[in-house]
Amino acid sequence: MLDYTKKEPYERTALRVNPAKTCQPVGAMYAALGVHECLPHSHGSQGCCAFHRMFLTRHFKDPAMAASSSFTEGASVFGGGSNLRTAAKNIFEIYNPKIIAVHTTCLSETIGDDLNEIIKSIDIPEGKFIVHTNTPSYKGSHITGFSNMVGSFISYLSVKTGKSNGKTALIPGFVNPGDMREMKKIARQMKVPFTMLPDTSGVMDSPMTGKFEMYPKGGTTVEEVIELGDCDQTLAIGKFSSEWGGQTLQKKCDVPYKLLSMPIGITQTDNFVMALQSISKAEVPYELEEERGQLVDILIDIHPYTYNKKVAIYGDPDTVIGLTEFVLEMGMIPKYVLTGTPGEAFENEVKGLFEKYGMKDCQVKAYGDLYELHQWIKNEGVDLLIGGTHGKHIARAEDIPFIRAGFPIIDRYVHSYMPLVGYKGGMRLAELITNALMDRQDRDSLEEDFEMVM
Amino acid sequence: MSALEKVLDQYNSRVYKNRKEHMVDIGNNENDNQIAANVRTIPGIITQRGCCYAGCKGVVLGPIKDALQIVHGPIGCSYYAWGTRRHKGKKEEGIDNFLQYSFSTDMQEPDIVFGGEKKLKQSITEAIDLFHPSTIFICSTCPVGLIGDDIHAVARWAETEYGIKCIAYSCEGYKGVSQSAGHHIANNQIMRFVIGEGDRQIKNKFSVNLLGEYNIGGDGWETERILKRIGYEVVSTFTGDSSMEDLKNAHLANLSLVQCHRSINYIAEMIEEKYGTPWMKVNFIGVKGTMETLRNIAKYFNDAELTRKTEEVIADEIGLIHDDMAYYKSKLKGKTAAIYVGGSRSHHYQFLLHDLGVNTVLAGYEFGHRDEYEGREVLPFIKPDADSKNIESITVEPDKEKYHLYLSEEEIGKLKEEKLIDYYGGLIKDMPDGTYMVDDLNHYETEEFLKVLKPDIFFSGIKDKFIAQKSGILSRQLHSYDYSGPYAGFRGAVNFARDVTMGIYTPAWSFVKAPWKTAPILEGTLGGE
Repeated sequence: MLDYTKKEPYERTALRVNPAKTCQPVGAMYAALGVHECLPHSHGSQGCCAFHRMFLTRHFKDPAMAASSSFTEGASVFGGGSNLRTAAKNIFEIYNPKIIAVHTTCLSETIGDDLNEIIKSIDIPEGKFIVHTNTPSYKGSHITGFSNMVGSFISYLSVKTGKSNGKTALIPGFVNPGDMREMKKIARQMKVPFTMLPDTSGVMDSPMTGKFEMYPKGGTTVEEVIELGDCDQTLAIGKFSSEWGGQTLQKKCDVPYKLLSMPIGITQTDNFVMALQSISKAEVPYELEEERGQLVDILIDIHPYTYNKKVAIYGDPDTVIGLTEFVLEMGMIPKYVLTGTPGEAFENEVKGLFEKYGMKDCQVKAYGDLYELHQWIKNEGVDLLIGGTHGKHIARAEDIPFIRAGFPIIDRYVHSYMPLVGYKGGMRLAELITNALMDRQDRDSLEEDFEMVM
Repeated sequence: MSALEKVLDQYNSRVYKNRKEHMVDIGNNENDNQIAANVRTIPGIITQRGCCYAGCKGVVLGPIKDALQIVHGPIGCSYYAWGTRRHKGKKEEGIDNFLQYSFSTDMQEPDIVFGGEKKLKQSITEAIDLFHPSTIFICSTCPVGLIGDDIHAVARWAETEYGIKCIAYSCEGYKGVSQSAGHHIANNQIMRFVIGEGDRQIKNKFSVNLLGEYNIGGDGWETERILKRIGYEVVSTFTGDSSMEDLKNAHLANLSLVQCHRSINYIAEMIEEKYGTPWMKVNFIGVKGTMETLRNIAKYFNDAELTRKTEEVIADEIGLIHDDMAYYKSKLKGKTAAIYVGGSRSHHYQFLLHDLGVNTVLAGYEFGHRDEYEGREVLPFIKPDADSKNIESITVEPDKEKYHLYLSEEEIGKLKEEKLIDYYGGLIKDMPDGTYMVDDLNHYETEEFLKVLKPDIFFSGIKDKFIAQKSGILSRQLHSYDYSGPYAGFRGAVNFARDVTMGIYTPAWSFVKAPWKTAPILEGTLGGE
């Protein structure tokens, strides 16, 4: 396994090996699936669309529907305008979505297709919509693409009428449907009327009914997106995946936004709850306090197995920041923290957490890759690895317990239904982490030390 | 209204006209089962097809384990091809294995604006420092073709600078109309720069190449096991679990066996043209398919002992699986299937299904050309269009030193006439009248055909798998075998039968409808009695 990964540090300036990120369009496609009756559309050659659908399907084990402009060489030379016009006509006629959400690819970006102009020239049926976002694959990562698509929904559709609807706009970030459900549950418990954008719950975790629905029940409706302009405020969850959406709504409709960290772990869930409380002025209901108390109870119970254990965490920035803070709350040491998405803010935020918890010898890197993470681990090992599927080779090569959290998880089931956020998500993470460490202790113990009770 | 008409009915006239050409109601049509294939997907149609890059890097080059493959472009393309196409590769002493790595130049905005050649060169330097490969492949993605980076010049530079083999593939995603263009581009370069360079000692005159076998789920290994048992020497496999050394020696074999016709027929032809090795279309999927194939190969080599050994191995292998197959057949007999994958697979799997008593009611290819449907006799009638003309086609001449014939020209001529070699009859000849053959089956058509034909199983890829399942029809991926396998050969048939049976008989299907949906809800009385 990964036999060629060397221990000795080596400065690379060009070659990326085993990336910890992918490209913008897949994030845009995921965001678009969170709008009800929306068909995402990839403006480029059809391979991109196939790859993104494949990836989302493998992560969610649910259909990810999307169309493509299917460029061939001609379109690449003369521009993709006519492809998009034909595509829009066919899509509305055959698949009848309420809205088409177009994202570009590195191909259409490089030839410089002007999507604004092309869309203006399309005869859009009454009551239907086309929006677009620019997602050049050579900039940022899939998180950038997600964030861009959310921003575009707002800038295209949201309207301020001047009359408040008393709601809060909730931008959940690049998370699983299970997380979105958990955030919505907490918002309801805190008596905050809200609209979540995007909301893939009900779409990417839709139930088995014996009937395929092209547009399942879930998703933010177009009307709701329009009405975001009349919200009183926005809670943007996660700087990297949601701040752009918050900013866009502020700029366009004067809706102020508050930026929160992903509510993973106790502190950030507390912050989320209090942010909601400052809106509704409601008491925190006992059910939520009870959950919080249960989580704290669990962390105290399990501390002998987690305390001072070293962890390596990689994945998407907002999720990784949340996971880092949570493992710190558990008394663990986030020895290595890495994301593939570029951005200095990530490093600063994680360094702030290191400082807060008095961590001296921990390393953080934005814009890294898994080859480098593996090199670090070779030089000083960790007790646990946390991240998406692509870390499994490192886990095997170095014989490290591994739990899967984040995106993508393409080799396990059920994860997308289960939250990482909220106190409930904390309980689940605590269970995953402790059990992984305890399984390892069982596996490694001498026969005479093998314990019935632990 | 026929099933085809029902499916086509909702299209507007332009789409209708286009898609009608891609559908055949076998035996019940005016144009003699002719089908349109290998043409552009209509923009906006939800197709399951991929791109040229996917065919080149993902399918053909990906499985070559000791070539370090750098994808030149933004990160996505390299990321998506990282371990996702299922081709197993063993560790071998003295042979590099880079299959667990994904290499990319991760192009950024300035590279697109100012060109990425410098970054590519630097990437090669770093790859050589860190991995010391003997061979590097460079695959280009969409923007590289547009900005005009000369990856072939960079490849030449790397060869001179570092004394390694470096081959560039201009497989930008927008080329051609499907993955098929990428297969072609990959194979052209392998023909140009790889095959014929080896000088391995071939000890056995019964030497074969296994072409178009990508070792999904270990199919290549199972096929090789059977061939070796009979007494063949497998010189090279294109490209499942293969090394550059294997591929370099392909010209030394006495026969090429072609499993996936679409991805490799031109390389098979070129090997014959240049080195004298004929090719035979084979099928190692299904018990009867494998049996027939083994007999055909023995017929070509025409050796009494080999023929005897062939029959002995067939009898032995069948004896070992007989009970299992009989059991699974008892569970599956009478079921129906629809298949939509690949280039030859939709054809091959019908034999295996047939072994199990399952009839295929609908089959089609994602990137097949007309010859995969109608047989090679249509080749002279296929008119090249602009898209196919954009894909380079190369010609070869007989190699004076390395050209060799195992059979006499007369014997070869006879076998050609018998259609035993250099021939593929296509899907149509094995599909009964009244079944459907559809090219580039798209999402909408899948949904409609499933509604009309109601097959018990739909074999497809990951993108359409859950669509079928959500509508209550078992779906198994035939691109990846749903991470099971091998499915090839005799033992593979049992694996396949087991997997389909467990899918059909999974208890969860019976829970799809909640009991309160069918049970009377309220117990009441009529008329206030």
